[in-house]
Amino acid sequence: MRNIWTIAKREYKTFFASPAAYVVAGILYLILGVIFYINVAAAMTQQYVPDVQVVISPLVTLLIFATPAITMRLLAEEQRLGTMELLLTAPVRDWELVVGKWLGGFLFLLTVIAVTLLYPVVLNQLIDPGIDQGLMVSGYLGLILLTGSLVAIGVAISSLFSNQIAVFFATMGAFLLLWIIGMPTQLMGGTSGEVLRYLDLSEHFYSTFYIGMIDLRDLVYYLSLTALALFFGTVSVEMRRWR
Amino acid sequence: MIQVEGLTKDYGARRAIEDLSFQVGRGEIVGFLGPNGAGKTTTMRILCGYMPPTAGKASIAGFDVIEQSLEVRKRVGYVPETVPLYPDMTVWEYLKFMADLRHLPDAEDKVDDVLELVHMEARAEGYISNLSKGMRQRVGLAQALLHQPEVLILDEPTIGLDPAQVFEVRNLIREIGRERTVMLSTHILPEAQQVCNRVLIINKGRIVAEDSPEQLQARLSGGMRIALRVAGEASGLAELITPIKGVNHILEVRQDGLDLLSDPGVDVRPEIARAVVNARYELVELKSIGLSLEEIFLQLTREESSIETGLVTESALADNGHEGETNA
Repeated sequence: MRNIWTIAKREYKTFFASPAAYVVAGILYLILGVIFYINVAAAMTQQYVPDVQVVISPLVTLLIFATPAITMRLLAEEQRLGTMELLLTAPVRDWELVVGKWLGGFLFLLTVIAVTLLYPVVLNQLIDPGIDQGLMVSGYLGLILLTGSLVAIGVAISSLFSNQIAVFFATMGAFLLLWIIGMPTQLMGGTSGEVLRYLDLSEHFYSTFYIGMIDLRDLVYYLSLTALALFFGTVSVEMRRWR
Repeated sequence: MIQVEGLTKDYGARRAIEDLSFQVGRGEIVGFLGPNGAGKTTTMRILCGYMPPTAGKASIAGFDVIEQSLEVRKRVGYVPETVPLYPDMTVWEYLKFMADLRHLPDAEDKVDDVLELVHMEARAEGYISNLSKGMRQRVGLAQALLHQPEVLILDEPTIGLDPAQVFEVRNLIREIGRERTVMLSTHILPEAQQVCNRVLIINKGRIVAEDSPEQLQARLSGGMRIALRVAGEASGLAELITPIKGVNHILEVRQDGLDLLSDPGVDVRPEIARAVVNARYELVELKSIGLSLEEIFLQLTREESSIETGLVTESALADNGHEGETNA
């Protein structure tokens, strides 16, 4: 456990020294801010009350694109610097390394997400009688679980290459695939449709957390996806030794 | 301290090391000498628990490097050839991180201690990206010494350093070697001779010689490589030279002469000069050149192929015409 924390802490600090992380976070806030402004302005002119979904909905999409940029360096950079040799010959278990990397990236993205809480607070001031807090809590909880899974997938893919650009595109591809894999189910029924729908990342978010529901099945889905990805990441690091 | 038995490692179809066996005792400084690609790094990586061997066994301080990898890693300090550092950290942060990974009590004191040992206190707050190659090497060494390991494994510790830094690092290794077991790899023969108690020569994944530097030195400087150059016709020189007493064998026949290896302790040059002039060749040059490391490897590997089994030390000596100074 201590090793995980040591690795996560170093990783977390490194993000704050990395211009790329600031750029990614900056762009995310910029786009989120513009969308927020447009939504609130539209709501005012069209006489309806905006809810917290005007923040969460774009934030989810933005995270799909921002996460690969954050996770791409996690293990690939160690590979490139040669520090992987250092970590793999230190008394650290392979899974501790992978989980530590995941935790570092996850905590950084949680920090990024925490800053976006400003928008619900502002919105709360703007509208009467304030925002639907249940909607906000379930929305953000879903967001955090989703981010955990995304970072875990990112770490696993980052262990495969030493080229960060390759990692970025592979991760993005994996995210988009998982994000839309449930779409064909609108046309197909039966068991295969059910399976695809179950695999879909967005399905477990939009149909529950997003509309204010917390379902145990979705919790299990995200947590097991995270665990599975971290397991594959560990196997991949172990395989590296055998090569 | 280090026990290696029948170690073999394949990278796909390529065999990097083959049936390597050796031992290193407590407090020894052992040099692992070989040309690039001989399998030095592979062997060291296996010993450090970085990767498992294809076959064979290795143990450090009684712990198997595969079965008890974590125990081994706790006891080994390792500096890979490309000293792995995080450029965006300061020296102090980096060492603190490594100390934390090793769960060292009083990590901060330990960091200060190793910084003093490698004379880097002044740069503790500096970023690693701003350090020179020599300083990076020293930080890498500091990292490997943090936990006061029983065994220190250094892969090419002086490569890419300027002469002053090389001198400094060698002294440091000797200093450390007084209390700990050190295994270092190099392809520089004098380095191994200066620093090590014992030298293992490895080529193409096999150990071709194992000796103390003194004996190795005696063996290597014993025979002299002599270059003979004539003007004009040079055919028949080899037949003329070979029977001369003190000529071990002809190394290379060239258009304008030949290179030969003499027996140790005899200067055969006057004899050769007389023979060449008497046979009416036009002698233009006759000089001794030191045996280069490459030639020693060539010699050792050639000799190795001519024997079936056993340590090459003996066969190499026998082939070279040495008498009775084997240490096997």
